[in-house]
Amino acid sequence: MAEPATPAVSVPMVRIRPPQPWEALDLSGLWRYRDLLLALAVRDIKLRYRQTVLGVLWVLLQPLLGAGIFAFVFGRVARLDSGGEPYVLFAYAGLVVWNLFSGVVLKASGSLLANASLVSKVFFPRLLLPFSGALSTLLDFAISLIVGVILLCVSGHTPGPALLLAPFWLFFLLLLATGIGLLSSALAVSYRDVVHVLPVGLQFLLYGSPVGYTIAVIPDGLPRMLYKLNPLAPLIEGFRVSVLGHGFVGLRSGSYACVVATLIFVTGLIVFRRMERQFADVI
Amino acid sequence: MSSDLVISARGVGKTFRVASTQHRATTLAELVAQKLRKPFTRHQREREFTALDDVSFEVRRGEVLGIIGRNGAGKSTLLKILSQITPPTRGEIDLYGRVGSLLEVGTGFHPELTGRENIYLNGAILGMSRAEIGREFDDIVSFAETEQFLDVPVKRYSSGMYVRLAFSVAAHLRPDILIVDEVLAVGDLAFQRKCLGKMDEVAREDGRAVLLVSHNAAAVRALCGRALLLDRGQVVHDGEVNDVLRSYLDIEPSGAAVLTWTDKTAPQEGGFRYSSVSVLNSRGEPAAVLSHDEPFTIRLEYELDRPLPGLRVGFLMQTTEGVEVCGSNDVHVADPEERVPGRQVSECRFPAHVLNEGRYQLRFGADVPNGPVYILTPYCLEFSVEDHERHGE
Repeated sequence: MAEPATPAVSVPMVRIRPPQPWEALDLSGLWRYRDLLLALAVRDIKLRYRQTVLGVLWVLLQPLLGAGIFAFVFGRVARLDSGGEPYVLFAYAGLVVWNLFSGVVLKASGSLLANASLVSKVFFPRLLLPFSGALSTLLDFAISLIVGVILLCVSGHTPGPALLLAPFWLFFLLLLATGIGLLSSALAVSYRDVVHVLPVGLQFLLYGSPVGYTIAVIPDGLPRMLYKLNPLAPLIEGFRVSVLGHGFVGLRSGSYACVVATLIFVTGLIVFRRMERQFADVI
Repeated sequence: MSSDLVISARGVGKTFRVASTQHRATTLAELVAQKLRKPFTRHQREREFTALDDVSFEVRRGEVLGIIGRNGAGKSTLLKILSQITPPTRGEIDLYGRVGSLLEVGTGFHPELTGRENIYLNGAILGMSRAEIGREFDDIVSFAETEQFLDVPVKRYSSGMYVRLAFSVAAHLRPDILIVDEVLAVGDLAFQRKCLGKMDEVAREDGRAVLLVSHNAAAVRALCGRALLLDRGQVVHDGEVNDVLRSYLDIEPSGAAVLTWTDKTAPQEGGFRYSSVSVLNSRGEPAAVLSHDEPFTIRLEYELDRPLPGLRVGFLMQTTEGVEVCGSNDVHVADPEERVPGRQVSECRFPAHVLNEGRYQLRFGADVPNGPVYILTPYCLEFSVEDHERHGE
């Protein structure tokens, strides 16, 4: 084997010592272990659709069926305003990002418990687990985007320049989702309550976010004020606006969402890194 | 600092805080309730448990170091610290080189994935790059002897195939420092020998360092030049492997093949009561591990409440696989007149070179034909016989 011989160094490659407080924000491990990050994400994807008849088709069916239900409930029964868009298209745009958000949160938060044997038997940066969960969800998202594009074409939409902002909204949506995922995955190692609380919280958030309706239908006054506390709302609305080209997201609520998303991500990261050294002992 | 140093551990210790279970919060609600009730008493009712204390040692390139000690001595904790799975609470370890650790065979194997997929995944988990796995792929497959089943999910594998494939991936890991825990006890005998050979090869090649934790004294003796004996979290002996193995047997009370009964628990009937049974090595000390070239003795101690004419006392021996080996009793040698009430001893002496290498089990009996005593215990005492010379092959 033409393995490069390790140079005779007198500087240790690794120094193992009691945890130091300032190591939290060092993300270089993620890059050094990128092969494993990818391998874990690929495993997730393969396992999700193995032994299913429809396979990856489920990625398309889930948001389509969901959009159909939303279109019926909100559009037909409740007769909410979609800003002139076909309700299915409108709801699909919302659901696609919502699925991305909840998928990342759920995948990331369960990642440590699902891989408990790895955590207690092998060394690698623990961050790989929530991040690989997030990564595998991104692929689903990419596939459902393709269907979105087809839907757009069929309905005769030509995206405007606002489309350029879509990646911006997605980025902060991912920060928010990953931050929540990191936080809850670390907490779930010691406190399994998180596993039970999270789905309930997500369900609450689904109806508290403009997935099946627009912010415009929220009455002014106190409800509107409370609604604006939800950092996810402008991110979802922002994505839909930039794709469909109708409506707008206020600068204030937009920047509020971005700041909160960043703060939650950083908090999640710090909490995760501070707790990660005990994972193997506790899990 | 010399350049062939690969591991340098200085004063490493690990203390766990163990909260007594009634007081430990395992749900968020409990934690909150606890903090609300007594916000300022932190860590109350917690006991400290020191798993490792002041462990220092060095390993040089090309060395194969065995780490031995009975259960709970701190071996696994030390390995986990060295593999960076869990941090120490005191001390420092410097590692000069890439570490590959094998604390379990097949960690990360997923039953739904095929053999091929698992090789790549497991390799990545163990720290190999995709390119490295690609280069070793054919070797891995042929070493594991699972060529025909590469594209079958491993849940359809026999357990033997599964273990062979898992070990094979691990054996082709090429770190500078290889840390191995108990994984040698896998597969059938032939595959175990193959694994031992592979470990030996890894150690010799390019002067890598190997750390091996094992209960298998024979494997440690065969592979390691030097050994470290841990007892209650401390290094009690660091030196040449045979010396260390000897002191291991000395400190290992459960390693001595002795079984002693109290009056209540003893097998007893009709005025006969066993008090203790043991296997003695050539020095007359109780020992669970014998060398094949030493004579040994099986010793039975018992008490008689009254004279029992015609009493026979004996044992049966089988291998741990259940093959009957031999049995003996004292009917031909014991003079019934001599056995007065009180404590009695019967011994069976074996010359050297009688038993093959292996593990053996004993059960004990006593009877008076058509009389008041009939006792046959289950297999209750184990010992093993080792043959050092055969490990050179």
